[in-house]
Amino acid sequence: MHIIESGNVAAATGVKLARTEVIAAYPITPQTPLTEKLSELVDSGKMKAEYIPVESEHSALAVCIAASSAGSRAFTATSANGLLYMSEQIHWAAGARLPIVMCVVNRGIGAPWTVWNDHQDAISQRDAGWIQLYACDHQQIIDTVIQAFHIAETVRIPVMVCYDGYLLSHTYMPFEIPEQDAVDAFLPKFSPSYFLDPKNPANLNTVTLPDIRPDVRGNMAPGYMEIRNNLHTDMRKTISVVEEMDRKYQKTVGRGGNPLIEKYRCEDADFIAVCLGSLSYQLRDVVDTLRGEGIKTGVAGIRLYRPFPDKTVAAEFVNAKGLIVFEKALSYGNQGALYSDIKSALYRNDNRPFVHNYILGLGGREIKTPDLLHAFRISCTDFRKIGDDPQWIGLKL
Amino acid sequence: MKNDKYGRFTSHSEPGPGDGGRTGSWRVVRPVIDLAKCIPVKSNKMSCFTCWLYCPDNVITRTIPPTIDYEYCKGCEICAEECPADAITMVEEAEFVKKEK
Repeated sequence: MHIIESGNVAAATGVKLARTEVIAAYPITPQTPLTEKLSELVDSGKMKAEYIPVESEHSALAVCIAASSAGSRAFTATSANGLLYMSEQIHWAAGARLPIVMCVVNRGIGAPWTVWNDHQDAISQRDAGWIQLYACDHQQIIDTVIQAFHIAETVRIPVMVCYDGYLLSHTYMPFEIPEQDAVDAFLPKFSPSYFLDPKNPANLNTVTLPDIRPDVRGNMAPGYMEIRNNLHTDMRKTISVVEEMDRKYQKTVGRGGNPLIEKYRCEDADFIAVCLGSLSYQLRDVVDTLRGEGIKTGVAGIRLYRPFPDKTVAAEFVNAKGLIVFEKALSYGNQGALYSDIKSALYRNDNRPFVHNYILGLGGREIKTPDLLHAFRISCTDFRKIGDDPQWIGLKL
Repeated sequence: MKNDKYGRFTSHSEPGPGDGGRTGSWRVVRPVIDLAKCIPVKSNKMSCFTCWLYCPDNVITRTIPPTIDYEYCKGCEICAEECPADAITMVEEAEFVKKEK
């Protein structure tokens, strides 16, 4: 069934179809309509789940950690400063290997206060050990939320589904709601091999000492280093799991493709724009215009940001002359985070394209298509003019 | 905790002695019970056991006489503090090392 609704409603519908059992969230702009929709669905009995109201984002994720430890499918959502308030629990959920799914409705971080879109919130949490998936439109939001549960529960690593505040969360777009039967065929019931159970008392995530030590049975138990190394190893394996889940989703629900990088006119492209989120769709117009001018351009939207599909990046862009990374976030005092990741992935190649970095749209600053076109054109035609420092688009003073 | 395909290593412990390691090695002072002053020993009755009740590591037995498991006693001194008969004194571990020599 196709409907026309907001991105937040697309996310809420995905959470309902995934038969989520516990929801705990604290409202924050622009995520609020998502949690409102979920509380409505639970209150009206359309969704059989526990909706637990909390006094903060830290508590919201703490509730999800407890619910997930007890073997329930748990969901939360937040934005910006709410995500940062959760930060301590974000790291905890990853280290405890709890397959929680969280929507991050991307918004800039204060100070100064802003409620508008950029990616600094999710990027600031990229090293926490969560999987990060980015959606570019409403259809991808609902599909990605459903897939996120399967990915998380397969590798036992929590997942952030990131989508742009306002640009996607509050705009209305047609999208298809998958049939419940199809989602049930795709997503098995959450049945963890181990969960908190009064019949088998245990202490979870107990303190570790610098060295490993034997457990009560005398077997050597993994220590902090082993646990963290294993999280990394399983994160690396997650890249192929994301591809596998996409294939399964195509079979059962009938939609998908491009789970790691979504490309547009990249096949013969000399110059490829790279970015996260809905910006990649806006850049398609720019690519078409530049193609009309005879410049072979393309755009690649990174859908899986953590774990970073570095080998795919290196292979996909092996023939490009230049990559132009457009970013709504940066590592202050250095450069865009995605820019660094792209350059690092390309380092393994003998012939490396030039890579440029543009910072834009911070705090919701309007991203004008002519500005994108101008920057992209300079990068293609006069690439020596641009150095390694990030170039800012849309500064007015 | 691990499954076959993905390690899913976590820190996890089950009830039982020694899951936190042999914590007796942390001890710098050792509780020693003077049985001549100990209430259950003196009365030969299952009485008092304040030390057993207060011990946070559950290393003191509820027996006559009470015994202390030095493998896991961290030497926190709570038993010595709480004993109503002042039967428990804390002795520097160095004293025992000297004796062993």
